[in-house]
Amino acid sequence: MPRPDQPDAEAIAQAVFTALADPTRRGILAELASHGPATATDLADRLPISRQAIAKHLRLLTDAGLVRAEAGERRRIRYRLQTGPVSVAQSFLAALTRDWDGPLDRLRDHLDQTQEE
Amino acid sequence: MPVPDRIERVLELRHPPEKVWAALTTPEGLGGWFGSSAEIDDLRPGGQARVRWEQDEESTLYIQVVEPPRLFAYTWAIEGLPPSDPRRTYVEFTLEPTATGTRVTVVETGFAQLPDELTAAYEGNVTGWRTKLPELAEYLDAAA
Repeated sequence: MPRPDQPDAEAIAQAVFTALADPTRRGILAELASHGPATATDLADRLPISRQAIAKHLRLLTDAGLVRAEAGERRRIRYRLQTGPVSVAQSFLAALTRDWDGPLDRLRDHLDQTQEE
Repeated sequence: MPVPDRIERVLELRHPPEKVWAALTTPEGLGGWFGSSAEIDDLRPGGQARVRWEQDEESTLYIQVVEPPRLFAYTWAIEGLPPSDPRRTYVEFTLEPTATGTRVTVVETGFAQLPDELTAAYEGNVTGWRTKLPELAEYLDAAA
């Protein structure tokens, strides 16, 4: 559960889901996840998106805590994926993927069948 | 709206608690409805059970409470997180005798938990890769 000294899990999840709702931002995050830290120019070379659009999305992703800007070579800013917020959002999703209704139906069937045998 | 931290289901069964207990706490029982097969190393707090499904999926149940035929509880990995992740949800089966059989209440909690050292753990991984990859490069350079 969230504690006073930590950002609210709900707020973190909200930021992650908002960020992931956009396909361009998913593309940027996927690129950072698969190939590691990159500059906006690197990303513009690799993705079919203008450098301006990438810069705009990187600002939003930084605000959401999903990427972190850091000094790269020759003083160019590199962006690094931050996995913490994603794993908070993931634990929210886990409650929605947990299926108890199916197994409990099977428990009932299992007991009914073993009764009849 | 927040996603629930807690999932609760109540099931009325026309079978005595002892029989329901066996379905929850024996390999034959768990393998008969929960998974396609199951093993129980030790049915006591601190013991483990493994449940397998088809397609080689497997979950480890870390047994917490064994009070036959009333209360059985375990923790297990949160779906989507690696099995080694210290965050786990807590599952509790409560069995109550009724006039017609047993009322089973399943409660699973802990979905919305925040890890204690979220940032620290992440930084640990980053630092790990930052130091390990150059070390690998040095090792390979030295061996060349």
